[in-house]
Amino acid sequence: MTQPYIRFDKVTKAYGDFIVVEDLYLDIAKGEFVSLLGPSGSGKTTILMMLAGFEPPTRGAVIVDEKRIDQLPPHRRNMGVVFQSYALFPHMTVADNVAFPLEMRGVPKANRKQLVDRALDMVQLGTMADRKPSQLSGGQQQRVALARALVFEPAVVLMDEPLGALDKQLREQMQLDIRDLHKRLGLTIIFVTHDQSEALTMSDRIAVFNKGRIEQIGTPNEIYDHPTTRFVADFIGETNLLDGAIETSDANGLIVALPGNKRIRVAAGSGEATGAAVTVSLRPEKIRLNSDAGSENSLPVTILDSVYHGDHLRMVLDAQGTRLIAKADRRFGDLQPGSKAIASFDAADCWLVRS
Amino acid sequence: MMKPSRFFKMSAMLAGVLAVGMNAAAARDLTVVSWGGNFQDAQRKIFFEPFSKILGKPVLDESWDGGIGVITAKVKAGAPNWDVVQVESEELALGCADGLYEKIDWDKMGGEDKFLPSAVNECGVGHIVWTTALSYDADKLKTAPTSWADFWDTEKFPGKRGFRRGPKYALEFALMADGVKAEEVYDVLGTPEGVDRAFKKLDELKPNIVWWESGAQPLQLLSSGEVVMTTAYNGRISGINKTEGKNFQVVWPGSIYAVDSWVVLKDAENKDAAMDFIAFTSQPENQVKLPEYIAYGLPNKEAAASVPAELKKDLPTSPENLEGAIPLDVDFWVDNAEALTQRFNAWLAQ
Amino acid sequence: MRIAAGKRLAAFCLVAPLVVFLVLFFVWPLATMMSNAVSSPGAVQALPQTGEVLADWDRTSPPTADMQAALVEDLRAIEDDQTVGDITRQLNSAKSGFRTLMAKTVSAVREDTGPIDLVAIDKRWSQVPFWQAIAAATASPYTDRNLLAAVDLARSPTGEIVSLPDTRSANLAILQRTFVIAAGTTLACMLIGYPYAMVAASCTGWKRQAMLAAVLLPLWTSLLVRTAAWFILLQDSGLINRMLQALGIIDTPLALLFNRTGVIIAMTHVLLPFMVLPIFSVLIAIPSNLMPAAASLGANPLRAFWRVLLPLSLRGVVSGSLLVFMTSIGYYITPALIGGPTDQMISSVIAFYATGTANWGMAGALGIVLLVATIALYVVYDRLSSSEGQRA
Repeated sequence: MTQPYIRFDKVTKAYGDFIVVEDLYLDIAKGEFVSLLGPSGSGKTTILMMLAGFEPPTRGAVIVDEKRIDQLPPHRRNMGVVFQSYALFPHMTVADNVAFPLEMRGVPKANRKQLVDRALDMVQLGTMADRKPSQLSGGQQQRVALARALVFEPAVVLMDEPLGALDKQLREQMQLDIRDLHKRLGLTIIFVTHDQSEALTMSDRIAVFNKGRIEQIGTPNEIYDHPTTRFVADFIGETNLLDGAIETSDANGLIVALPGNKRIRVAAGSGEATGAAVTVSLRPEKIRLNSDAGSENSLPVTILDSVYHGDHLRMVLDAQGTRLIAKADRRFGDLQPGSKAIASFDAADCWLVRS
Repeated sequence: MMKPSRFFKMSAMLAGVLAVGMNAAAARDLTVVSWGGNFQDAQRKIFFEPFSKILGKPVLDESWDGGIGVITAKVKAGAPNWDVVQVESEELALGCADGLYEKIDWDKMGGEDKFLPSAVNECGVGHIVWTTALSYDADKLKTAPTSWADFWDTEKFPGKRGFRRGPKYALEFALMADGVKAEEVYDVLGTPEGVDRAFKKLDELKPNIVWWESGAQPLQLLSSGEVVMTTAYNGRISGINKTEGKNFQVVWPGSIYAVDSWVVLKDAENKDAAMDFIAFTSQPENQVKLPEYIAYGLPNKEAAASVPAELKKDLPTSPENLEGAIPLDVDFWVDNAEALTQRFNAWLAQ
Repeated sequence: MRIAAGKRLAAFCLVAPLVVFLVLFFVWPLATMMSNAVSSPGAVQALPQTGEVLADWDRTSPPTADMQAALVEDLRAIEDDQTVGDITRQLNSAKSGFRTLMAKTVSAVREDTGPIDLVAIDKRWSQVPFWQAIAAATASPYTDRNLLAAVDLARSPTGEIVSLPDTRSANLAILQRTFVIAAGTTLACMLIGYPYAMVAASCTGWKRQAMLAAVLLPLWTSLLVRTAAWFILLQDSGLINRMLQALGIIDTPLALLFNRTGVIIAMTHVLLPFMVLPIFSVLIAIPSNLMPAAASLGANPLRAFWRVLLPLSLRGVVSGSLLVFMTSIGYYITPALIGGPTDQMISSVIAFYATGTANWGMAGALGIVLLVATIALYVVYDRLSSSEGQRA
């Protein structure tokens, strides 16, 4: 990682005795797209508000470009903020909304027009300049908000669940658009969301929050494939969490004993002691269904339920007392509930997580 | 804010209460209307409550602030909700000419000759004689003012003056201050030059005048020291001296007295009881109790004669107080009140 | 069809109470007031012969015996005292003196059935102005006299409209003053009410309730009591002056009573709720993220207020201002008790005519002038605010 552009240095935010964010360290590089992901109440929006200047931190320092900004009022921070419900000014036209930050910065009128036009073109709303926000659809309003937050070329763009109110198709389109703008303009974007697929799609890095603390931070790949905690594994995508104890460890990894006298091999594991209780995360799509048993990591299962999902089948399996979820290929469509099969998976796809 | 549904419920309730109130009015008890304050409190004790016992029914009492328009409106609307009203002499004259009052049966009242001549009218029976006079706080003023000329003399008596807002009394007192003899005031005022002269005299005092409107105000103005002298109703002055231990004094020479009368509104529902009530209040043994409470003169000669001497000295009707005092010229004000009020308002606005 | 008609009937029944209420308590009184102001049919109906004779009179030459005879005949024919009262009031309003003149004349006419020399009863019957008044009153049941008088105008004996000297009538000055005081009160309410509403809207829970209750409190006490309380507070030896003196801010008492400052203070206190509540209700409806958005876009608090919060809450300010302005125009008790002689408002003049002299024509005419002036102001305001709305 390059020199951090934004740094949270042991930042705590508390309302009275209620701690929202605790001892946060977070570095973000210039030009990076970082998603703050977590369930509601996990503190992610508060972090954004502290960055934007709407909430002062209780303790710690917020540093941007090597300057402490915690005491700076919001209007002097030069950050573009896109709000959850767009926060467009209803009494101004689209063009006036977008021109607002320029007006506040004393940009001459003539230049303003040009910049506004360019920003609106960028979000494909050039023809809507004279409309009032109430005459636009949700997606269009979102674009105006985006144009308004970008038109003054802010150092950092903060987005607080900006796509939450849009329907699925529009949301996916906007995800791509924002991703595209990020790349094209080289923006530093902090993106708050509780939608893990959105975070996975868009981000350079994802910080997963739980109860005011970062559970894990990393690239989408790392977060998805190698969750370090049970919370992250569970929150990002769907997973099977198998509780067991380490039986042996060797050069090729570990053997974890599961209840019901089952054993699975886990490829990676770092110095866990024999007998320690561990949790193994196994993604459903990594489970294969076969008719014959392999040597390792194959469990005889009974199919409890099979649900058609278009491109795959979602199956609920019983492996001698352990429930597993599997995403199976459509060709297993003739496996009816009650029928037997063998579930097998690679040791490399099994991942130890902390509780 | 109140929820709409609750608002409607409350409106409905209110409407219900109003309807009940209207029904009650349909079988209304005798209603007597006077001028409120400690005066009406006294009347209640001396007249309303005892008469209610004789009648065997409640006597309702309300108060008003005068104005022929109020009475005209009530009578013209038909079935007035008042029976007996205490009116000032102009309202008596105007309403009587306009047929707003029932004619008085003077035999029932004990005969016209039992009353002061100014208290006898075909439409009304005199109830009290009261006066408007120069008043001051003797505890605050070292030298006592004695005339309207003193009232105008702001060098000798620095400070503000209280005046009832309106041309009535102000013009008369201005002329007296300008040297017109009390008994000639209305002759002078009857000419356009006389009116001009009065307004010119008022001009001199204008910056120092605080205008009051309701009878309780001048007392407060004197108490707070806002004014050093004021016109006031004599009954209120002696009343506050009694109740609050003040030392307010009245200057009798140059005061203007008037008679308030009882009238019965035309087509009043309780007309007979109303006449009986007026007769009751006019009986000497009842009327004589009034000066114990408030220093107003009594129009019934027998009652006036039997007032104890120590109370008599405060009454506008005692001979020494009548010295230099004049009666209000009702005819003059009946004719000129409207035009002069208009002019007075214009003068004030300048 | 039957169902539709039934529904319509039901709908009508639902609004019927409202319609009845409006007609009974709004339309009808307003219409009565207006017709009173411009019509006084009493003299035309009651003095038909006099009217006929006077129609031929040139209104300047001395009164003739015919005119007298006709009037005597007419007066004799009237049996109802209240009719006499109506005519007398109408005539006395035009020419002072008719009150006593008519009383004298009517009783004389009723006592004697033969021909009567009116001048012998009262020499005023030989004066032209008295006959001019009768001629004007009997010429037509409609009159512009009241309306003209309400704006300090009158008709000369020859019929031209002339303005009354300002020593005789000051309705326009008082009307103008009424609007000035109302505007002052509105402005004061706005300056105090807006920040108050802003603070109240930003509070939550019991704090907000307490703030609203505090501003509503004056509405729950009687106007007279509130005004009297202000009287006590504002006087020279009152709480405010004593406190300022004790603090050493002033040496001599400030004149707060019997002047416009006092009137506006007291009226502002009374009318503040009418400003605070509409602004408050508009403010709480404004999305809470607009001000942070403006700040994030580089607007300092003042500019954010000016460009975002104020334009969005303007509707509340406008309706609050209209409420306060309209209400203060009708104020009467507060200026009477707290104000000085040059702070009396038009309502006190209207009250004088309505309750003092029963001259409903003049009261109605002044009411109409006030109504028209108010509507005109409203129209101007509406124009201004709608063009403002288009521009923004």
